Amino acid sequence: MNNVYIIGAAATPVAEHYNRTLVDLAREAFNKALNGIDPSRVGALYIGNALGGELAGQSNLGAAVASGLGLAGIEALRVEAAGASGGAALRQGYLAVASGAYDLVVVLGVEKVTDKLEEKVEASIALATDSDFEAANGVTLTSQWAMLMRRYLHEYGYEADALAPFPVNAHANGANNKGALYRFAINADKYRKAPMIASPLNMLDCSTAADGAAAVVLAAPHIASELGGARIRIAGSALASDSLALHARRDPLHFAAAQRSTAAALAQAELSLSDIDVLELTDPHGIAAAIALESCGFVERGQAARHAADGGISPTGSTPLATGGGYKARGDLLGASGVYQAVELVRQLQGEAGASQVADAKVAFAQCIGGVGTTAVTHIFVKEA
Amino acid sequence: MDLAKHWRLKGARYRLEGQRNSATGEYRFPAQDAGQDPNWETVALSGRGEVWSFSVLRQVPSGFEEFAPYPVALIKLEEGPMLTAQLTDCSEEEISIGMPVEMVTRRLSDAGEDGLLVYGYKFRPVIE
Amino acid sequence: MMQPKRPVGIVGFGTYIPRYRIAAKEIARIWTDGQGGVPVESKSVPGPDEDTITMSIEAARNALRRAQVPAERLSAVWVGSESHPYSVKPSGTLVAEAIGAQPWVSAADWEFACKAGSEALTAGMGMVGSCMADYVLSIGADTAQGRPGDALEYTASAGAAALLLGPAEESVAKIEAALSYVTDTPDFFRRADRPYPVHGNRFTGEPAYFHQIMSSTKRLLSDLGRTPQDYTYAVFHQPNAKFPQVAAKRLGFSDAQIAPGLLSPQIGNTYSAAALMGLCAVLDIAKPGDTIFVASYGSGAGSDAYSLVVTDAILERQNRAPRTSAYVARKQFIDYAIYVKWRKELVMG
Repeated sequence: MNNVYIIGAAATPVAEHYNRTLVDLAREAFNKALNGIDPSRVGALYIGNALGGELAGQSNLGAAVASGLGLAGIEALRVEAAGASGGAALRQGYLAVASGAYDLVVVLGVEKVTDKLEEKVEASIALATDSDFEAANGVTLTSQWAMLMRRYLHEYGYEADALAPFPVNAHANGANNKGALYRFAINADKYRKAPMIASPLNMLDCSTAADGAAAVVLAAPHIASELGGARIRIAGSALASDSLALHARRDPLHFAAAQRSTAAALAQAELSLSDIDVLELTDPHGIAAAIALESCGFVERGQAARHAADGGISPTGSTPLATGGGYKARGDLLGASGVYQAVELVRQLQGEAGASQVADAKVAFAQCIGGVGTTAVTHIFVKEA
Repeated sequence: MDLAKHWRLKGARYRLEGQRNSATGEYRFPAQDAGQDPNWETVALSGRGEVWSFSVLRQVPSGFEEFAPYPVALIKLEEGPMLTAQLTDCSEEEISIGMPVEMVTRRLSDAGEDGLLVYGYKFRPVIE
Repeated sequence: MMQPKRPVGIVGFGTYIPRYRIAAKEIARIWTDGQGGVPVESKSVPGPDEDTITMSIEAARNALRRAQVPAERLSAVWVGSESHPYSVKPSGTLVAEAIGAQPWVSAADWEFACKAGSEALTAGMGMVGSCMADYVLSIGADTAQGRPGDALEYTASAGAAALLLGPAEESVAKIEAALSYVTDTPDFFRRADRPYPVHGNRFTGEPAYFHQIMSSTKRLLSDLGRTPQDYTYAVFHQPNAKFPQVAAKRLGFSDAQIAPGLLSPQIGNTYSAAALMGLCAVLDIAKPGDTIFVASYGSGAGSDAYSLVVTDAILERQNRAPRTSAYVARKQFIDYAIYVKWRKELVMG
């Protein structure tokens, strides 16, 4: 397999883009990411999107977006893996270049949610669960995370606010990201007083779905060399799946797909967890980040909340997390999230993350999850001198 | 309108039908393709279990607005399998991890005046 | 009177009452500023996920559990109600499937205002008594409707009672005889597709409830050569707290005889379930050899009367399922706002 490099990365601000269509958002991210590269060099377009049909009222997104970008004619398709769609699309783009099929492709993550009202958005997001045995019973993804949170606190003997450090960290970083949905800090006291959405998850521990698009340009080595400067290589890429239904797992507090994809991506990159300088996880709630940190092996079982409280996830900690605000403060882009993660980590590896910059970041880890641990895609990005 | 989608699930929804392996005694719910193993038999589960975890939803998906707020739970059945269901006939303060529950058949959703009424399992605190 | 060739009895019995209650004075707070008397103390209110089908299923499961008769042996599953969730689509098929009956079963819905359940009971006696069937499940269940502010709103409640009929020798109570008395009396009705019934106020009393109940009861007692004093217990349809007590007194039954089966003061009028549930509540506490008189009432109008004798089998079956008193004791009061929300009287769009 050939090496694959990220030669461009950009995203729209995350917001309620009421006056823009899904294709409008995709166009902005695409043009910014290309950054002067001739669009005619784009061999293929992979679109990570979870709910285009349900929320944007548009399926057949490959053709819809490609023609909207003036690229009609190229290979273009949507990749869907619920909340892991963006990561899955990135992996498809990676494979397309690594295999030699193309030497330059664009991976777009795009989600347009604000054309629908909240009840419809909740119900659509719940399509990622088992429709017959989970969603039909009125369960939402948020309530599933909430049940995991309650069990986590119970099993490990934590207080109700033990996971507050995750959204507090996310908001602290989001305040520094001008593309974030929420650019304000919160604190543990506000967290404790926030109203419940799906107990024990409160409003300050729940991400907000919003509109946005992100794009990364992937290229073969010879094209990356043309551009000069530091190069960011995709050193590892892996996707793993688990049972669709949460209740079908023997150990619901452990995400086997997260562990498996992490192990595979690290093996490919010939790196270990201790080499990771900065990471992005699927963190719509503190519990999601906690389970991912533990499942991937960054911390021991039951230790993630303590690790976060001890500053381990801040930009100066051992596992800097959500430096762009994470799902909580940057905004929850659903199927576009995996590409937003890549854009944030490129920003880190290029040393452009301002107040949330992780010093001397060289190796970055991105993991996005679809459903509640159902699909996990892990990528490792390495900055080459 | 979903008709067949609900109709084909009535064994599981109404009677909590799962499977029992006559060789190993293992239970599973919902039933799965038995594949090459002839020992998986359809069996109605007891409906008794305990709460493994739960959440009370205030922000609910479309189709469930009239029930808001409502509790959902992961239920560990006494036969072993875990399932996802709503709890009913109890308020949040009454629910705790480990609470014994029993299956009842209730309305799951109402697709509107010209739609199907969907019935299925929920769980509630055990009535002595 | 009607008596089957093959003696028939109640092999299993079960009830269901929703957990929720609304106090009559809470309803009065809304409509009369709390002034005036109320016909019951409180009434049961179905939860937002309950209806005649769900309540019938639980009552039926309790009856089967008491009888320990496999559901596959049922020949009929009949549900009497004036609040079937569908106008067209039987409640009986869903109840039959939920309790595990096999498909070779008669399943149908019955309607006769508050005595739809007892109609199913009498018909079931015919099936078993003629040897067409060994086991028939007859259910009365309602989530009764009352127009907001109407007198019925204070009493129209929810509950279900299921009686599993079978050969008398297997029964907990043999049904000695049954009798029906009906006249065309328009005391209460609900036109097709209308949400709430209308009633004739005082016209529902003497010419309707009292005339039918007195007629059926007197005739069955006379046909059997009995007097009220020959019975340990009596149960009369209970649209409110007062009517059954007045009827009992006029007929010569004592307060003590009707007390165990008088549930309306706490749970209101469960309509098609009311008389059958009163009978079940009596069976919960009955002893071998006790005798029970039951008279249902349905507007429109008519009354079905039954005479029963409790057998030795009663004692071992009473504890196999929750007693009616457990459901009566299980209660959570709600206010009128929650009541209105759950009764779907809010426009949700």
